[in-house]
This record gives sequence, structure tokens and C-alpha cells, in this order.
Amino acid sequence: MEVNQHNEVSAHHDDHSHHGHDDHHEHEESNNFFAKYVFTTDHKMISKQFLITAIVMAFLAMAMSMIFRLQLAWPDVKFPFLEDVLGRWAKDGKLDPGFYLALVTIHGTIMVFFVLTGGLSGTFANLLIPLQVGARDMASGFLNALSFWFFFVSTLVMCSSLFIEAGPASAGWTIYPPLSALPQAIGGSGLGMTLWLVSMALFIASSLLGGINYVTTVLNLRTKGMNMTKLPLTVWALFITAILGVLSFPVLLAAALLLIFDRSFGTSFFLSDIFIDGAPLDYAGGSPILFQHLFWFLGHPEVYIVLLPALGLASEVISVNSRKPIFGYKAMIGSMLVIAFLSFIVWGHHMFITGMNPFLGSVFVFTTLLVAIPSAVKVFNYLTTLWKGNIQFTPQMMFAMGLVSTFITGGLTGIILGDSTLDINVHDTYFVVAHFHIVMGSSAIFGMFAGVYHWFPRMYGRMMNRKLGYAHFWLTLLGVYGVFFPMHFLGLGGVPRRYYANTGYEAFNAFVDINVIITIFAIIAGFAQLIFAFNFFYSMFRGKKSVQNPWKANTLEWTAPVEHLHGNWPGELPTVHRWPYDYSKPGAPEDFIPQTVPYSETPESNTPDDHKH
Amino acid sequence: MNLLLTLAVVFGILVLVRIANVAQMAAELSGETDEEEEEKANKWNSLGFLLFMVIGLPLMVYCAIKWRPLMLPVAASEHGVGVDKLMDINWWVLIITFFITSILLFWFAYKYRYNKNRRSYYFHDNMKLEMIWTVVPTIVLSGLIVTGLIEWNNITDIAKTNQGMKVQIYAKQFDFTARYAGKDNNLGSSFFRNITDTNPLGVDSSDASAADDKFSSELVMPVGEEIELVINSRDVIHSVYLPHFRAQMNAVPGMTTRFHFKPTITTTKMKEITGNPKFEYILLCNKICGVAHYNMKMPVRVLEKDEFTKWLREQKRVFTRESLNAAAGADSTKAVVDSTVVSAK
Repeated sequence: MEVNQHNEVSAHHDDHSHHGHDDHHEHEESNNFFAKYVFTTDHKMISKQFLITAIVMAFLAMAMSMIFRLQLAWPDVKFPFLEDVLGRWAKDGKLDPGFYLALVTIHGTIMVFFVLTGGLSGTFANLLIPLQVGARDMASGFLNALSFWFFFVSTLVMCSSLFIEAGPASAGWTIYPPLSALPQAIGGSGLGMTLWLVSMALFIASSLLGGINYVTTVLNLRTKGMNMTKLPLTVWALFITAILGVLSFPVLLAAALLLIFDRSFGTSFFLSDIFIDGAPLDYAGGSPILFQHLFWFLGHPEVYIVLLPALGLASEVISVNSRKPIFGYKAMIGSMLVIAFLSFIVWGHHMFITGMNPFLGSVFVFTTLLVAIPSAVKVFNYLTTLWKGNIQFTPQMMFAMGLVSTFITGGLTGIILGDSTLDINVHDTYFVVAHFHIVMGSSAIFGMFAGVYHWFPRMYGRMMNRKLGYAHFWLTLLGVYGVFFPMHFLGLGGVPRRYYANTGYEAFNAFVDINVIITIFAIIAGFAQLIFAFNFFYSMFRGKKSVQNPWKANTLEWTAPVEHLHGNWPGELPTVHRWPYDYSKPGAPEDFIPQTVPYSETPESNTPDDHKH
Repeated sequence: MNLLLTLAVVFGILVLVRIANVAQMAAELSGETDEEEEEKANKWNSLGFLLFMVIGLPLMVYCAIKWRPLMLPVAASEHGVGVDKLMDINWWVLIITFFITSILLFWFAYKYRYNKNRRSYYFHDNMKLEMIWTVVPTIVLSGLIVTGLIEWNNITDIAKTNQGMKVQIYAKQFDFTARYAGKDNNLGSSFFRNITDTNPLGVDSSDASAADDKFSSELVMPVGEEIELVINSRDVIHSVYLPHFRAQMNAVPGMTTRFHFKPTITTTKMKEITGNPKFEYILLCNKICGVAHYNMKMPVRVLEKDEFTKWLREQKRVFTRESLNAAAGADSTKAVVDSTVVSAK
């Protein structure tokens, strides 16, 4: 109650100030490039900044994966064009083994942090939180802008490391010391690793600035009538994600900082008893395992920081396009909260075979497998939402369906990896690569695509081309399963990940054909993303003009005018009267009732259960 | 060449833009309304999902059958049999769940595609259903957790430590060395500052239990005997991965890790089982450790006990009389790197 009152006061205050300066804003937005695109504090523009940066980074990381897929499929073939692109890293068209590791490392880092964390949360938390809770902007527009610019600089620093002489960081995206701490151990652990750590520190700052803002906005700036139990699941997902980020990223910063100390100032947090390059080093008493504990204390919540927003977006898209309320709204929130809680106490399942105490391993097996329960609840709730729905197969719905499929497929193999006994033999093999690329990579990127197709009209006032959207979806789905399904078999055959070539192993010769198949599907999937990029940028300028509520959705963002204005709504902020999922309510003339419609206007569809929402 | 490529890309983009423009104009001219277009899309895409299921699921089964011979052969260790059994149980649970949920997903996509004459069923809560799919997975998972942990406790049983024949696996960029404890089954202590080119493991020459320790560049084990791998690394983290024995443990600088197991099938026998006369066991490095990570491996053989005893007798001791004398004389000289170390630079 108190919160709502405060909210109203600040909203009125906002109203006042914006109305008074409307003309001024118009002027500023149309004429000053810097004010509009660079130093903007408008959440909608910041969201687009995040999205476009993430798209550019995603293409860079994808191009890297294409290069190492070529190497893995045809380890004996020379590709002269690689020398044109990579120079001395691919002499005579043969990829350098050290640079192979660098590609794997930077591909992982970009995808996990810049695309699926910064890109996904940054884009949709910025766009949707204010618009769906009914706020004029984020709690702090300045911190929000700062969050983007930290993010942008961190991507620049990471990219700059591609051009230095010793090469970029190449100890794997998990940067386990001592490999990441000692330039003697691998070239990439010199300046490349320093830049990686600097970039990550900037990224963490960005993530914290964003996260604090998202949490505050959801808690304090909800419009009149918008209780927590009337929030769309997108906002719930982004809210929980932000809390996870705020609690876990500082731990990664601590790990990075201690690693910087070990690397540059001679401390021994993670290093001990090392003899390398012909000489013993003076480090004593540190533990490499400590780093892994710190890294995965972030690293595992990070998986859900990536996945939860995608699940939230998919929940909204599935409900809207099935023309049906999401099944088990409260169970969905509950399962997200349980997943978020459990995500903090499962990190040890990445470390079963590090020599960690086996009993501790048992505890982590227990907590890890518990995650399957809320996940199962979510899957069954999605299925029940589809059941007896009236499904519109818009491109965003296709991607949301794809997400449910990959979430099932990849989630199930997690049960094997979470079982310490079974993990012994598949740990660090291609089975792991297959698992997380399906459940974390593909599901999250499918959720992101669903979000882009669904909210593109909200971002740019235009529609994306549907047919190109379908082509994009089918080729991507085919590509995802074609690439990652066969990888399970490599893993079960004992093929380790991060191998530059398997040619030295008689036993692995049988897998050559499978590697070729994988690469062909990877190229197909890569091609599909070009269709998306074309569709995205073409539609931005030439797409069909959008109407205000193109998907006939209930949530507040579709009650704001198509033209962007600072403050989102021209007059008063909308008032919320009902939950966001009144689709196909019996008795109602239309198959949707927006959140702003009071019950007094819908006597024909009211039921005694309504107050429960 | 590069200029041509750039031109081709630019030209390609221009053509795409043109095509998209024309397509949009054509769509507008043909008078196809949005509604008709949506109806078509719903029809074809829902069919697409059905097709994806009807072709995809059998294709997955086909792959699993076709690639089965490429998978690892039967477990060559005692605990490995249990691991494989557990894996099979898990697979059946997962496959059944996968098929049920995937079929529901794609079937619903087809069955409930949009029809403007129909309305969705306003159905958003059902306590009973939600209880069912909370409780059933909980029960199934409890089963998997318990069976998994029983096996895990059996494998990692601390009571077994110090039992079995001790073999040190010493990892460095980019090879493994095995050290056998000899008759006393006690490995002489080692320290990284003792490392020289003649003493690459840094074994302490004053430790009496080191006197009968032996080196080998391959891991040879007697069949049916308990083996205790004592694992160390001198530079970065490596991982001792023995896929055929379902065994893996990281090698971490600064600490000792262990893995306890019993090989049950000799190399000769495994050649028969797999029908592959060239079959060999292998030890792989399975933790990214540097540029030549992909080439870091060690041959592994499992022999009959008498063959093993004979083999071990022929191996070199860690310290010969000469090397002991040399060590005593050269205590102050700086350690020299083993010339076989591949420099990461």
C-alpha cells in the first residue's frame, strides 16, 4: 500500500515534468544525434543499444565457431581463405592449435556473457520492465545508461584482445588457473588474459548497475493496481534474474581480482608447487580448486541468469499466441523462485572429479537433481498451456515452441551430468558440450529470438517479415539438432572437448564422419542467422508499419502509443485492474481483455474466481 | 580478391533488399489479406511441427542404433559395470520422458493450430494436475539420486584408500609419467623443488621408500588387482581420463588426488571382445592444459598378473646408484628442464 502511494506521487511528479517540457524533448530527439543515440537515458533506446551490440557480438562469436568447426570436420584440409582473415594464426590456411583454443575461449565468453547475459537481460529488462509495470522509465536512467556504456566498453576491450601479438585469452571460458595465470603455460595467458579480466570487471560493473536498477524499478515503480501477482511472467523472470546477478556476479569479481593479484602482484591465492619452463615458481599455499569454487558460485547461477529471462519471454509469447492463459501462473513463479534458490547451492556439480571431498559431491548431487523438479513443473505447465489452445504460429511462437523442445532435450541430459557417478566418464567430453549448448545456448537464444520477433513492433514501430522469420526458425531448429544431437555420441564415445584434432587417436577415427555432419549443420544454422540479420535491419527501416497492439496482447506495453515518447504514455499512467492472462475468457466478446480494463466493464465475463488473480 | 569478395557481399545484400521489396509489393498487389496469409502460415507450420516429430524421433532412434558400435565397449573395471548399469537405468527414464513430452509438444502444435471458429479453453489452474507433476518427478528423481549415490559411495569409499597397488600418475605439459611403488607399496615422497632433468618427478632421494620406486612412460596394470592411482601435476591442471575403465580424476598442482579401481579385462581379452585386433586402452588428458592438450596421452595395457610381474621387473628404478651420487654432488645446481618438455611459446 505504501509503495503504491509513493509510486503515484512520483508518477504525478513525472507527469508534470514531462508535460512541461514536451516541446523541448521533441526538439532534442529529432536534431541531436548524441542526445538521442549516445547519451540517452531512455530505457527503450538503451534496450536497442544492448540488442544491437549483442547481435554484432553474436555474429562475431558465431563466425569463430564456424572456423573451429571447419578445423574439427576437416583437420587435414587447408583453407587458404583463413590466412586472409586470420593472418599468422592460420599460416597456409592451417589453423594454429593455440589460436583454436583462443577461438573456443572467446566464443564461449562472448556467447555466455555478452550475448545471453548482457544481450538478453539488457535488451528485455530495459524494454519490458518499465513498459510492463507501467513506469515512465527505469528508477535511475543515468545508472541505466552507465550500465550500457560499461557493457559497450567491455565488449570493445574483449575485441581488442583479438589483435594483440600473443593472442587473446585461451584457457577456456572458465579460465581455470594455473593455466590462466601463467603466460609460460600458454601464450594467451599474457596480455590477452589481462584484457579478458579487465573486460570482465567492466562487464560485472555493467551487470550490477543494470541489475540494481531492474530490481528497484520492479519493486518501486509499479503503476496503480499492479500488484506483484499481476505482473506478467516476463517481469517476474527478469526480476528474479536481476536478483541472481546482483548476488552472484560480485563473487566472480572477487575471483577475477584475486587472479589479477596472483598474475601481477605475486600473491598465491590459486597457485602452489609449480615447476614450469625449467624452473620452480615461488608460489606456495594456494589452491586452484578455490578458484573453481568461486567461479562456479557465479557460474551456476549464471546458467539461470541466461535461461530464466528466455523462459519468461517464452511464457508470455506462448500464452499470447495460444490465446490462452498461462497454466499455473503461481506455480510458474514458484518454480522460478525454487530454481533461483537451488542455483546457489549446486555449483559443486561442475567439480565432482577435481578431488573435492566425495561426501561434498554427494550433497551437490542431491541439490542438483532437485532442480529437475521445478523444471519439470515448468515444462508440464507449458504443455498444458498449449493443450486446447488456439495456436497462432507467428515466428515468435515458433521460437517459443523451439525453446520448450530444447529445454526438454537438454534438461534431461543434465540429469546424467548431475549424477556424480555418471559424470565421471562424461565429464569434459562432448556430452557436456552437447548438453549445455542445447539447454542453455539454444533455449536461451530461442527465447531471445521469440522476444525479438514479438517485441520488434514495440521497439521499432514496424513488423518483421513473417516468411523470412519462418525460414529462419526452421533452418535454426534443424541446425541446432543437427549440430548438438550427434555430439552426445562423441561424448559417450569418450571424445574430450577442447581438442584441436582427434587424428592422433586410432579409436576416434570412427567419429570423423559425425564431425563432418555436425559442421554441415553448423553452416546451415549460420546461414539461417544471416536471414535473421537481414530481416532485422531491413524491417527496421522498410518493414510494414505496426498497429498499436499487433498481437492482441493484454500487457501494458501495448497500451502505449506506437511512436516512442520519453515517459512512455502521453497522459496519465495506465491503471491495472486484472492479471495479464485473460485470454479467451468465456463470455467476453474478444479473445483478450487488456490489464487496463476494469471488471466493472466486463460483467459478461466476470467469475467468482476473479479476485484470486 | 578481397575487393571482389566485398563487392559480392554488397551486391548480394542489394539483391536481397530488392527481392524483399518486390515480394512485399507482389503480396500487396495479389490482394492476399493478412488473415489469409496467417491462416496459411498456421497450417503449414503446424504441419511442419508434426513432420519434424514424425521424421525426427525415428531418426534419433536410427542414429542411436547406427552409432552404438562407436560407443565405448563394456567397462573394463569392476566399478565400471555398476556405472554402466546406472547409466542404462537413467537412459530409460530419460528416453521415456523425452518421448512423452516431445510427442505431446508437437502433437499439440498440430492439433490445436489456430481456427477462427474455435476458442481456447480458459483453463489456468488445477491443483490435482500440478500435484501429479510435482510428486511424480520427485519420486523418480529420488530413485535416481539414491541409486546414484550408492554407486558413488562405493567408488569413492575412503576405507579403500591405501589399499591396492599404488601407482603415481604424474602430469606435466604435455605428457604423463607413471611411478610404481615397488615391493613396499610405498611411494617415496616428492617435491617440486627437487625436480631436475634426471629426476623429472622431484622424488626425494633421501626417502628410503623411494629406493624401489620405478618409472614408466606407459600405464601397465595387472588384471583383477586393486589399483590406487595417486595423481599429481607439476604445472597446470590436467585430467587423468581412462574412458574404458569409467575412471577420471583431475591432476591438480599443489595437491594429491586419488582414484581407486580394479581392472577386470586384459588388453588381449578386450581385443577379442571388441573384435578389433588393434584395440588399445588409453589414458587421455581431459582438462584444457595448453597448446598441445590434444596430444597429451599415455598408452595403457592390462596384463595377466605373471606377465605384469615380469614387465615390472624390467622397468628402470627412479634412482640408480649413479644418479644418487650425482644428486648428492649437484644439490646446489639449478634444476634443468627435461628436454622433452614442449614449450608453450
